Amino acid sequence: MLQGHQTWVFDSKPTIIASAAVGGPHEAQGPLADDFDLLHEDFWLGQDSFEKAEKKLQEQACETAVKKANMKKEDVQFLMAGDLMNQTVPSSFAARTLGVPFLGLYGACSTSMEGLALASLLVDSKFAKNVLVCSSSHNAASEKQYRYPTEYGSQKPPTAQWTVTGAGAALVADHGDGPKVTTATIGRVIDMGLTDPFNMGAAMAPAAVDTIESHFRDLNRDPSYYDVIATGDLGRVGHRIAGDLLKKHGLDIPEEIFTDCGILIYRKDQPMVFAGGSGCACAATTTFGHFLNRMRKGEIKKILVIATGALLSPMSYQQKESIPSVAHAVSIEL
Amino acid sequence: MSDKKKKKLTPIQQEYQEFAQAREPKRPIILNCIKAFFVGGLICVIGEGIQMFFVTYFHFSQENAGNPTVAVLIILTVLLTGFGVFDHIAQWAGAGTIIPVTGFANTMASAAIDHQSEGYVLGVGGNMFKLSGPVIVFGVFSAFVVSIVVIFFRALGVM
Repeated sequence: MLQGHQTWVFDSKPTIIASAAVGGPHEAQGPLADDFDLLHEDFWLGQDSFEKAEKKLQEQACETAVKKANMKKEDVQFLMAGDLMNQTVPSSFAARTLGVPFLGLYGACSTSMEGLALASLLVDSKFAKNVLVCSSSHNAASEKQYRYPTEYGSQKPPTAQWTVTGAGAALVADHGDGPKVTTATIGRVIDMGLTDPFNMGAAMAPAAVDTIESHFRDLNRDPSYYDVIATGDLGRVGHRIAGDLLKKHGLDIPEEIFTDCGILIYRKDQPMVFAGGSGCACAATTTFGHFLNRMRKGEIKKILVIATGALLSPMSYQQKESIPSVAHAVSIEL
Repeated sequence: MSDKKKKKLTPIQQEYQEFAQAREPKRPIILNCIKAFFVGGLICVIGEGIQMFFVTYFHFSQENAGNPTVAVLIILTVLLTGFGVFDHIAQWAGAGTIIPVTGFANTMASAAIDHQSEGYVLGVGGNMFKLSGPVIVFGVFSAFVVSIVVIFFRALGVM
């Protein structure tokens, strides 16, 4: 049911019956390592290209989620998946392996919550009994596509972020035990004219702020309703800007509950990480791994995740276009 | 950012960019310059050493020893790139490793490694000069322009 301008309230409360997170070597060194179901030492996952490695990450995340729900992959009705690669090949190729009806998504790093919102919509509207959502990113594959070759020796500024290698999957069903998806706020595309691809946090922060404000306005809710409000991958730079911008607009989210997946996933002193993590897998693995685990343990009961995405392409950047951004918020409650 | 760029922005965008910039960590430019100066200098000292080695032990002339010296530096860079060490050194050293011949070797080797998965012809061959191509194109072009100027002045009898 639509409430306000852009928020969906799921009356039937679709349930996340199982979720999985798969990560790479850098995530294994991070503070959330225990929340991953599978961690890979090998950047290549035994494959001969980074793109194939990313496909493997998705396959493993999907298979693990299905297994945890005590289901077979034939029981999955729909798959919705997305990633950062051109033509989203890792998702399509992983869907080929799984062989379930598939819808491909692209929302850059906001894909995880875009998928979760759409999956909940399908389940809530009774168009599906269950939907599997998955999103992934691979550090080297995205560096190669969006920036420079992985071994190229350029000096990155302190605002740069490190793309997470991993995949997160969640199985949303119309009944069962687990955290429930209660609402979703679909964001507008916001462009503040920033052009630096090594400063995505600042480019995406206004989109996150817009969606957060819309969420609380549409639902007439106070931020204290939630135990955790987490942005997707703003990193330390973008998160600070978003927090200050919200304060400026008169929406003060207490610092104890306001966090960012890109800050949580890596240690502050981890080499080459700079301002924090980014990529589709950043919000996906942190939400479907870390946050859902904490919810199942009963440590937190209500969370709001605002996955942020920078909608640029290497070509749009070279053509001197600015970086438009989008953010989608989904609330999950026990 | 230049003023020309700023003019295209709406007042809201301008206000936000100033708001954001005040909250962003800046590049440590002075520190980066000092590091680049010393690392770049060190690479040149190593190069000088290799050159002296060729002059002393292989009886190259001072001028001819330049070519094998560059080759040795390129091989060392390619090895460091292949072992995944060079990008870490470069993050610390910045322009210090990019400006000498080491930077050029790194752009070619890193592009070749990344695109190996697309095959040797279209992948490695087609992408090896992805980053270093402009250097060659504009290098050759400027050499051409300079030669024309030299010919012109010679014809006038200046040189």
